[in-house]
Amino acid sequence: MIDWILLFSNAAQEIISPTTAAYALAALGLAIHFGFTGLLNFGQAGFMMLGAYGFAIATLTFGWPVWAAILTGVVASIVFALILGIPTLRLRADYLAIVTIAAAEIVRLLFTTNTFEPVTGSANGLQGYKGGFEALNPLLLFFGENDLIGFGPWVYNPYDWWVRIFGWSLVALAAFITWRLFKSPWGRVIKGIREDEDAVRALGKNVYFYKMQSLVIGGVFGALAGMIFILPRAVVPSNYQTSLTFFIYAILLLGGAATVFGPIIGSVIFWVLLSFFSGFIARAVEVGWLPFLSNVQAGQLRFILVGVAIMVIVIYRPQGIFGNRKELAFVK
Amino acid sequence: MSSSAGAQGAPIKSTGLHIGEPAPGVKKVDPIIVADNITRTFGGLTAVQVEHLEIPRGAITALIGPNGAGKTTLFNLLTGFDKPDTGEWTFDGQGISGIPAFKVARKGQVRTFQLTKALGLLTVLDNMKLGAKGQSGESLARALFPWFWRKEEQAIEERAIELLTRFKLDAKKDDYAASLSGGQRKLLEMARALMSEPSLVMLDEPMAGVNPALTQSLLDHILDLKTQGMTVLFVEHDMHMVRHIADWVVVMAEGRVVAEGDPHEVMANPAVIDAYLGSHHDEDLGNLDTGVMTAIKELADDDADERKE
Amino acid sequence: MAHAASRPFTRRAPRRFAAVILAGIVSALSLSMAAPAAADEVGLDEYDFKISGLVELADEPLADVLLVVEGGGFRVEVESGEDGRWAVGVPEKGDFTVTLDENTLPEGIAVIDPEDETPNVREITVGQSGSAVANFFIGQGERNTVSLFDQVVERLFNGLNFGLLLALAAIGLSLVFGTTGLSNFAHAELVTFGGLMTLLFGVVLGWPIWIAIPIALILSAGLGYVNDAALWKPLRRKGVGLIPMMIVSIGLSLAVRYIFQLFVGGDTQQLPGATDTTLSIGAFGLSWTDVASMAISVIVLLGVAYFLLRTRIGKATRAVSDNPALAAASGIDVDRVIRVVWVMAGALAGLSGILWAYFRPGVSWDMGFQILLLTFAAVTLGGLGTAFGALVGALIVGLFVEISTLVIPSDMKYVGALVILILVLLVRPQGILGRKERIG
Repeated sequence: MIDWILLFSNAAQEIISPTTAAYALAALGLAIHFGFTGLLNFGQAGFMMLGAYGFAIATLTFGWPVWAAILTGVVASIVFALILGIPTLRLRADYLAIVTIAAAEIVRLLFTTNTFEPVTGSANGLQGYKGGFEALNPLLLFFGENDLIGFGPWVYNPYDWWVRIFGWSLVALAAFITWRLFKSPWGRVIKGIREDEDAVRALGKNVYFYKMQSLVIGGVFGALAGMIFILPRAVVPSNYQTSLTFFIYAILLLGGAATVFGPIIGSVIFWVLLSFFSGFIARAVEVGWLPFLSNVQAGQLRFILVGVAIMVIVIYRPQGIFGNRKELAFVK
Repeated sequence: MSSSAGAQGAPIKSTGLHIGEPAPGVKKVDPIIVADNITRTFGGLTAVQVEHLEIPRGAITALIGPNGAGKTTLFNLLTGFDKPDTGEWTFDGQGISGIPAFKVARKGQVRTFQLTKALGLLTVLDNMKLGAKGQSGESLARALFPWFWRKEEQAIEERAIELLTRFKLDAKKDDYAASLSGGQRKLLEMARALMSEPSLVMLDEPMAGVNPALTQSLLDHILDLKTQGMTVLFVEHDMHMVRHIADWVVVMAEGRVVAEGDPHEVMANPAVIDAYLGSHHDEDLGNLDTGVMTAIKELADDDADERKE
Repeated sequence: MAHAASRPFTRRAPRRFAAVILAGIVSALSLSMAAPAAADEVGLDEYDFKISGLVELADEPLADVLLVVEGGGFRVEVESGEDGRWAVGVPEKGDFTVTLDENTLPEGIAVIDPEDETPNVREITVGQSGSAVANFFIGQGERNTVSLFDQVVERLFNGLNFGLLLALAAIGLSLVFGTTGLSNFAHAELVTFGGLMTLLFGVVLGWPIWIAIPIALILSAGLGYVNDAALWKPLRRKGVGLIPMMIVSIGLSLAVRYIFQLFVGGDTQQLPGATDTTLSIGAFGLSWTDVASMAISVIVLLGVAYFLLRTRIGKATRAVSDNPALAAASGIDVDRVIRVVWVMAGALAGLSGILWAYFRPGVSWDMGFQILLLTFAAVTLGGLGTAFGALVGALIVGLFVEISTLVIPSDMKYVGALVILILVLLVRPQGILGRKERIG
């Protein structure tokens, strides 16, 4: 029999999981790029990677404290945004897409190659950088390291809770900043740029500069997302392939590309559904309901599902759950 | 230069704008733009070749000519939306050749587009507010703290509503600009251009696609601009309109200025008539889109060969 | 201008036909192609700890070498992948042995280490970090002293070979972009499809390769047709914009890629004749498959050139590619041209996939995806929308990728091509043969 309680419990955990938070933050960054500014950034995985590796390398190779490690990741992403933006922001939208994918792949290949293995760990990645972060956990003042806190399906030790609190706080802060920005005149200019750059230029605004600022902010969000992503696990370069960016796009489109809540709720719904679906298929295979599928194949079904979901959403409801169709710039 | 406030309907024209005989490149008494030796070629085609051109200040100048004469290209060059091969020009005495479009706009030169660029995904009011210059809230750092820009935003909003009322668009201020009719969008684009308090307004075919009922209102608004001391340069095909409100006319053909003068003189100028009716004016189309034309020509040749057999 | 009369049969018939064929293939695949034996990553999701490593021969990654990991009553087998890497999940920390099965090494190669009695067995410990590494670098001491000239010539040929097969994929992509404006991310799957079909008919069903390849090409052309008929034309009719269409192609590529993996598994399988190196020119090995591949590419490319320059439809294609509105106004049936372009793109991509399968060598579920970015690079470099630009771009990318390995490590060879792409876009955004667009 299928353990439905376990299935639902696993799915429920995804609601506050740090992975969900990381994807939500990365999607928020992409919302700024694509949803609000109309920049077709397909290299968000690259920003996440730089944040993750920046943090890990700063901690492991240089031994810096947590705040410096975070800063390293952020600075790396800003530099990447500048390198990416200076030449490409003058190009057409689909050129930017190709260049950003290429740039993210270059970053991934550089981190995977054996040449830099001593610093990057090449294909095996990095581990053991969590110490400084662990030590900052305020919950340790009240609980022991191995105490289990919580209720229902949400029972974790203090470290796991700390990661969640930290991650979701960052998400909340980023959401607040985004919300503020797009109610301001700055946001108005960006929205104008998204629709018609020449019109905004004719009104005296330096379009290029605004696009660069947008790229930097969204990129920093991506880098921070990368850091949240690696706190409960290891840094493994194969996690940052183009499919990661595509997943983030799926979340963004699902929730609503030009909204603040869209990326966050989109991420939650995405991971809850994915967890439930994968879990269900896996158990169903075990129990023998689906005799023509093996376990491994069950795992692949979810990618197929995501792909189809992207197609369906973009064709039939491109504004996603929270978006406003009247404000959509990429649907002509 | 003499002009006075209009009496019953007929616009009062400015006269005495030029120095000497009206000919292409004639000097003006008080030019706001002085342009020298502007050329722009695309592939083998010379789109613009203007030796000397001066635009008079405080007057309404019309830029006319057949299709492909280079009017919009000249517009794009003067406003920084395109880079010339050669050429220098000044605005209000300042050299502005080669500076990017947004900086040109900041200097007080504002333009509209042939295909109206009302930002449909923003509301009418937001469109207007976007037009204002020097907004501190548009800087990233200050945007996060409304305290910095709230007062300014309010002043801008007031001015926007005032302008909208003048253009009779105030009732629509919270609607998305996409819901406006074509003519209303033209009005919005013009109103928005005025938010930056420009000294030179350049209109690219303002009458294009506007229904006749709205034409008079649009004309009145343009005349209004002159009354308020702005200079207007517009591209048009509608000769009625040109005759009606233009103080000065510049005629272009095949990239050059072929005539200048006041509307009545210019219409009678043989060079102008030749430009519109002459044997050369359909040459331009054939030189563009070479790839398509070659392919289509080859197909047609094949067809001809087939029919022969 | 005279044009083809309206079709005598309805448009539905070919679509249904294609659907039946597709269904047949799908069922055939599901019964046959799930791959046997070990993959290069085993049990990573099931267990918390990990042992991994790299197998290299003379600094080049060595694939399909069998390794056995044992310890604490646990035993698992794994094969090194395309990049020489392998990884297994293990249930607990502690001591393990990693044994390299020398029978799976190429002829005449063995692991030699003068200081070790059993050089093909490594003893490692999975400790606090949760993972351990066991690498086998074979033949490191004995370097093959091939002269620089020979190395350059070898890479030149490889680069040419790769560039030519890339061109086949790139031309299709460029023509689809030129005629419809779509940047088709799912083009990679058309490439993979060619390889998979050849695998199905040539290996699984065991038919002779000279029958399997044409069948695969016909099916690839059919898939191109289905793409347009079932998806892209309806979307165009609906008035969907270019960016949403691009995103649809991304979703499609994700779904189809994993559908492929569902049927073929994560492995790489070989086509018949892929590992022969029977021909040698000079000091470097050039197999007859390499020569055949280049010859086929050149012949097909010449055919495409003839098509575009001399035939009616080809000229119509060029016209539509340059300016669809003007072409339509001249009486050209744009929809028909687009359909033809898709069929061609499908067939060319399929052929590219087959040649790619002989070049890598190997057929895998993501083989097309691996060169998708390079294909885009080739198209963009040469000029989006021009077929000849795609050819030029592909040759440049192919040559650059191979020749750059003289100076940069081979696992970074794609980086060079991608950097070239970015540089070219900075200096000449329209690509080499593309045309600048007017502003305003």
